[in-house]
Amino acid sequence: MNLQNLTQDKTYASVLIALASVTLLIPLCNLIFPEDSALHFSAYSVSLIGKYLTFALLGLSLDMVWGYAGILVLGQGAFFALGGYAMGMYLMRQIGTRGVYGNAELPDFMVFLNWTELPWYWNGFENFGFAMLMVFLAPGLLAFVFGWLAFRSRVTGVYLSIITQALTYALLLAFFRNEMGFGGNNGLTDFKDILGFNIQSEAVRSILLLMTGLSLIGALLLCRWIVNSKLGRVVTAVRDQESRVRFLGYRVELFKLWVFVFAAMLAGLAGALYVPQVGIINPSEFSPLNSLEIVIWVAVGGRGTLYGAIIGAVLVNYAKTVLTGLMPDAWLFCLGGAFILVTLLMPDGIVGLLRRRSKPKPTLNATGGQPA
Amino acid sequence: MMISAATTTEGGASLPLDGEVDARHGPILYMEDVSVSFDGFRALNHLSLYIDDGELRCLIGPNGAGKTTLMDVITGKTKPDSGSVFFGQTIDLLELDEPAIAQAGICRKFQKPSVFDALTVFENLELALKTDKRTWPTLFHKLNSEQRDRIHDVLQTIALPAQQRQLAGALSHGQKQWLEIGMLLMQDPKVMLVDEPIAGMTHQEVERTAELLLSLQGRHSIVVVEHDMEFVRSIARKVTVLHEGSVLTEGTMDEVQNDTRVIQVYLGG
Repeated sequence: MNLQNLTQDKTYASVLIALASVTLLIPLCNLIFPEDSALHFSAYSVSLIGKYLTFALLGLSLDMVWGYAGILVLGQGAFFALGGYAMGMYLMRQIGTRGVYGNAELPDFMVFLNWTELPWYWNGFENFGFAMLMVFLAPGLLAFVFGWLAFRSRVTGVYLSIITQALTYALLLAFFRNEMGFGGNNGLTDFKDILGFNIQSEAVRSILLLMTGLSLIGALLLCRWIVNSKLGRVVTAVRDQESRVRFLGYRVELFKLWVFVFAAMLAGLAGALYVPQVGIINPSEFSPLNSLEIVIWVAVGGRGTLYGAIIGAVLVNYAKTVLTGLMPDAWLFCLGGAFILVTLLMPDGIVGLLRRRSKPKPTLNATGGQPA
Repeated sequence: MMISAATTTEGGASLPLDGEVDARHGPILYMEDVSVSFDGFRALNHLSLYIDDGELRCLIGPNGAGKTTLMDVITGKTKPDSGSVFFGQTIDLLELDEPAIAQAGICRKFQKPSVFDALTVFENLELALKTDKRTWPTLFHKLNSEQRDRIHDVLQTIALPAQQRQLAGALSHGQKQWLEIGMLLMQDPKVMLVDEPIAGMTHQEVERTAELLLSLQGRHSIVVVEHDMEFVRSIARKVTVLHEGSVLTEGTMDEVQNDTRVIQVYLGG
């Protein structure tokens, strides 16, 4: 146990250091070195790395709810997308009169639909603080209502997974509709400014990367604190023996709900950081396939370790970038193949592999053993 | 959760406080005319059972007699079709769910040892500790020295202080049984329901278990379900024999063992 803790802490520390250096060095390099220098990162790569980090945050959120609470959520992407839409709505309101139709109040797609006034639920999104609040509240509230109903009725296992998949699919269909007022299948795009600064500018991109990295580090520390708290231990106990925990006097459904809502908010934050860096949010983010991919990231990295989710998300997405460039048609097969291989050969993912290598061959007596 | 308060009656001075169990009339657990059926099978059939405050009671009976169902009903896992179950004079257990019943002071050891394998022995006891079990207080919970002492006391009682940092999954079967008994003690229950405590134990462990259970009676009411007659004889003053979902007979071990109906049930069953 102690040995395992030590190696775990070492990997954890290296992941933290790697994150901190990426987060700090890239913006710093771009500040110091001129554009033609080899050490200058292009706007494209800065955004790409920023995107990976938002995915890492999303993977982390799933690991909280799947790896620790044992709730296999196949709709985590829905919370990510909701956070993204909240940020997108703020960015749309920032466009002002610079849209194609030059309407100060209405985003272009509303003018196009002949709408004359802003729907009520768009009110307030011109305010950054309000939008940031909604980044957490919208996914959090959905998770709360959904989780309250599901956990209270003791829906568990594969049934719960399927309902979460249905949830994200339902949202996909809803957001595709123009009447919903979120831009239909085009979604929200053509952003200009964030907090008054040009969203395309290199400095803003570097700062967005910095913010993403800091959020990820903060979230990792927070998650680690939570899983090491007594609540974390209760949640692990629920994962392994749900009914036993009830007989200890804990309201299991409330603990599940707590983690579920927390993870949804984290996913919402990831979505909000994602949207300004990729410049668009559309309903395809709700697609069930996206949510399945998140599960694969976490499985590849190693569930129930927190940093495994980060490693998995970055690696799989890097592979995706490379492979979809080389052979676009083969990507889904690669992804599916990777999932099967990981499930069969590395049930604890990459982190499990690392641990096994750094640990002497486990014997029964190393962990168990009778009292002397 | 919310335990229905003791109702105010005349006198008032010695009335139990809100949430306390009123066992002044003797029994701490009342089951009256309880019936449960699963798909037409009557697991409990108009069963009535009274457990006195501080008593150590053994439940025996052939397989399918309803012993485990009885525990399920008391702990809220199974809701009976009819009958009433009271904890003390005032707490209607049928209105409460599992966590509320556990918090009210009825704790259970399962037939199959149910400890949390992924947590250490110490952490298993910490989770069972009687304290505020809502989410936010649990998140910020830190053990104070008194609670730490309590855990260490229980570790001594269940003879596992050397294993406290080990994962519970690495314990032997008998040690897991003890750990689970320790988890019951951590909850400081008024009633302990103990289902097959000595399964998989060595002879010495069985003896220690008997000693432990005997030392706990008086402070806790204990209901033990066990198949091992030798063990039952060594701890029981009063034995209840269940058969086909109702109480066949009650009495001392000798009385029960000489009862022709009991002999018939065991030999015939």
